[in-house]
Amino acid sequence: MIGYIARRLVASFLILIGVTMVTFALTFMIPADPVAMLAGRNATAQTREQIRHQLGLDRPLPVQYVTYVARLAVGDFGKSYARKTDVADLIASRLPPTLLLMLGAILAELMIGIPAGIYAASRRGSGADKVAMTLSFVTVSTPQFVVGLTLLYVFAYLLSWFPLSGYGSLSNLILPALTLGMAGGGWYSRMMRSSMIEVLRQDYIRTARAKGMGERRVLLVHGLRNAALPIIAMIGLDIGIFMSGVVVVENVFGWPGIGQLMWQAIQSLDIPIIMGVTTVAALFIVLGNFLADLVAPLIDPRIRLR
Amino acid sequence: MKRLFVAALAIGCAALAAPLAFGETPKQGGSAVVTFNNDLTTLDPQVGYDWQNWSVIKSIFDGLMDYKPGTTELEPDLAKEFTISDDGLTYTFKLRDGLKFHNGRPVTAADVKYSIERAVNPATQSPGAGYFSMIKGHDELSGGKAKEMSGIATPDDKTVVFTLTRPDATFLHLMAINFAYVVPKEEVDKAGSDWGKKPVGSGAFKFVEWVPGQRIVLERNPDNHRAGIPYLDKLTFEFGQDPTVAVLRLGKGEIDIVGDGIPPAQFAQIMADPANKELIAIGDQLHTGYVTMNVTAPPFDNLKVRQAVNMAINKDRIVRLINNRGVPATQALPPAMPGYNHQNKGYAFDPEGAKKLLKEAGAENISTELYAMNVDPNPRIAQAIQQDLAAVGIKAEIRSLAQAEVIAAGGSGKAPMVWSGGMAWIADFPDPANFYYGILGCAGAIEGGWNWTKYCNKKLDSRAEKADAMVKPDQSEGRIAAWQGIFDDVLKDAPWAPVFNEKRFTYHSARLGGDPTLFTDPIHIPVNYDYIYAKDGK
Repeated sequence: MIGYIARRLVASFLILIGVTMVTFALTFMIPADPVAMLAGRNATAQTREQIRHQLGLDRPLPVQYVTYVARLAVGDFGKSYARKTDVADLIASRLPPTLLLMLGAILAELMIGIPAGIYAASRRGSGADKVAMTLSFVTVSTPQFVVGLTLLYVFAYLLSWFPLSGYGSLSNLILPALTLGMAGGGWYSRMMRSSMIEVLRQDYIRTARAKGMGERRVLLVHGLRNAALPIIAMIGLDIGIFMSGVVVVENVFGWPGIGQLMWQAIQSLDIPIIMGVTTVAALFIVLGNFLADLVAPLIDPRIRLR
Repeated sequence: MKRLFVAALAIGCAALAAPLAFGETPKQGGSAVVTFNNDLTTLDPQVGYDWQNWSVIKSIFDGLMDYKPGTTELEPDLAKEFTISDDGLTYTFKLRDGLKFHNGRPVTAADVKYSIERAVNPATQSPGAGYFSMIKGHDELSGGKAKEMSGIATPDDKTVVFTLTRPDATFLHLMAINFAYVVPKEEVDKAGSDWGKKPVGSGAFKFVEWVPGQRIVLERNPDNHRAGIPYLDKLTFEFGQDPTVAVLRLGKGEIDIVGDGIPPAQFAQIMADPANKELIAIGDQLHTGYVTMNVTAPPFDNLKVRQAVNMAINKDRIVRLINNRGVPATQALPPAMPGYNHQNKGYAFDPEGAKKLLKEAGAENISTELYAMNVDPNPRIAQAIQQDLAAVGIKAEIRSLAQAEVIAAGGSGKAPMVWSGGMAWIADFPDPANFYYGILGCAGAIEGGWNWTKYCNKKLDSRAEKADAMVKPDQSEGRIAAWQGIFDDVLKDAPWAPVFNEKRFTYHSARLGGDPTLFTDPIHIPVNYDYIYAKDGK
């Protein structure tokens, strides 16, 4: 087990190094010049060169990369081009809202996916099953900004059940968490359904039913416990999916997280912020995958620790 | 002989109350909420350079000069009076009495000197550094050879003397732009790299808090030198508010101003609602939307081809396409800019004439590229231009890209044509010079410069310099006439095809009062927060 964890850790670390290299290369391959954006249209050539020099953009790319990684190692993400403040501080102030949103989204997808899956499995082949599975298909395939704006318009504007935007209370969290978790909920309901159908075929279920246990108890005690395990193993992977989703959802709902920070940085080509958020997001994705790798063999011994 | 210009002492009351004379008396008190989609980047006046932070900075800081609210007319602000020497090379400003920073310390001449040197000092990385290049000692400081500028002297606490290396009629405007705003050195030093997040100025509003991604809160500065200004006790900017959502919230009375403007998709519907009639202020903007043509490469190195493009574009149709949010442009300068020539009707829409010109030029089958920013409505405008050009036989392929990529393609000279929409194309200060050097003159026609036409007319450049050497007040009419001539002659060479001048539409709540010009202030974009008021204030 310890050898397995060590191997996963080394692999995760190598992936992170790779991520910094790829994002660095990509950011500098964009055919655009952050200096022209910053300096504005009346800047003299001298001003432009000065800004370029100050930002260190006149040095060779490998040198810039090594400097970047060396600073990263001590937690220094550099300074934002447009804001002139520390990127580490910017990200630190934006991370808690994003983590809260992701937590809310995980709860939302479990609360949608598990009951819907159990319900559909217990009435397999019925009209209700078909409706549930069609709905799950719709939620999986609808773009998040459409879901978000629709929820906003109906539940916040027309019905006034929730605030139209903002941050700080539970009522602010519900709609964005639902938007982010909706697709996962649909996905989980399908997984839960097939997993449950599989479990319900098992001998111990037949035994439980034979000894006269109520159907509800059979489903929720014996069925749920075994059928939900593969889903729990998947939650780690959701973190990666959510990291891309937050960019859209945070912008629709005005959620002050790293997705919003990223979006604004992309618009102004604020490379240190883009790099910083990418690195932090990659860190979470790698961490999520690492956790999933750890949990998987505990849940299903057939996955061997290699 | 020096001439003395003494500003009216009662500037805070008399002169400034004038544009507000529209029936209702402004009230002191109350609050307002402004929404923006994007968080502000910085409130550092020497660094901030986008349309969003520009006007918030104006409300927190002051400069030696300012503009009358809702107009483009210069007036002294922190300065009580100023004199200009006969050769136009020495400007002497006298500060008002009793000026105070928000931390309570008096504003002195040394603060003025420090602030402008801070803008020029390369360590600040100010995008405005180049604006002060006419002050003696600029090159030494910006080149790192000196710690201060020899051209700024402070003989006493209340006097600042600028020595210039060349006469420059835009100098007073430069004393009114954000980069020259006065900051207290001790606060800048104390805050270090956080200075842009906790500004201390001397302006109408005091900074209270900035919660990243969420809001900035400002409160009334009771010690403001303009008596009774601002009217609002509290001003809150909320961020992360999609304009579509902001419009819904305004309808529910939760917010007061949609800072990003009315979203194009909802524009027609909102304008058609009679309930909104009083809530939408309409004003001119110092903006021209245009198509650049790279004059250094075929096919646009041929004047006739450039003229043909000007005649081929149906500007009226494009104005309809943007829901009449502008007027067809006849020339490079917008109508609200001094120097705009009302007699000059520009190139009329004439596809047949365009075809004829192309035939004369021997360029009947042109294939080219039109770069445009990929945010609505710009791709639609680019398509309209594409169709108009196709009708006269010019095949233009559209390259719809992110803003930074369009700017890079224009700056490198790679783009034969660029549609300027969405490139933050608003004047920094209301003077024709601001529309020339960087975007039409030789100074901007360099690699990475913003003159994407690469048009460089040395004769016009020297005429521009001569015009800007006319610094005396009695020369100002002659100077504007000279600029008018320069822009008329630019039009003859047709490096641009001007398309339209945008109008500004500010949507605000019924509880806010103030002259419509304050809600579409040409200097404070989107709104002059200092002079609007809450009708339900105490």
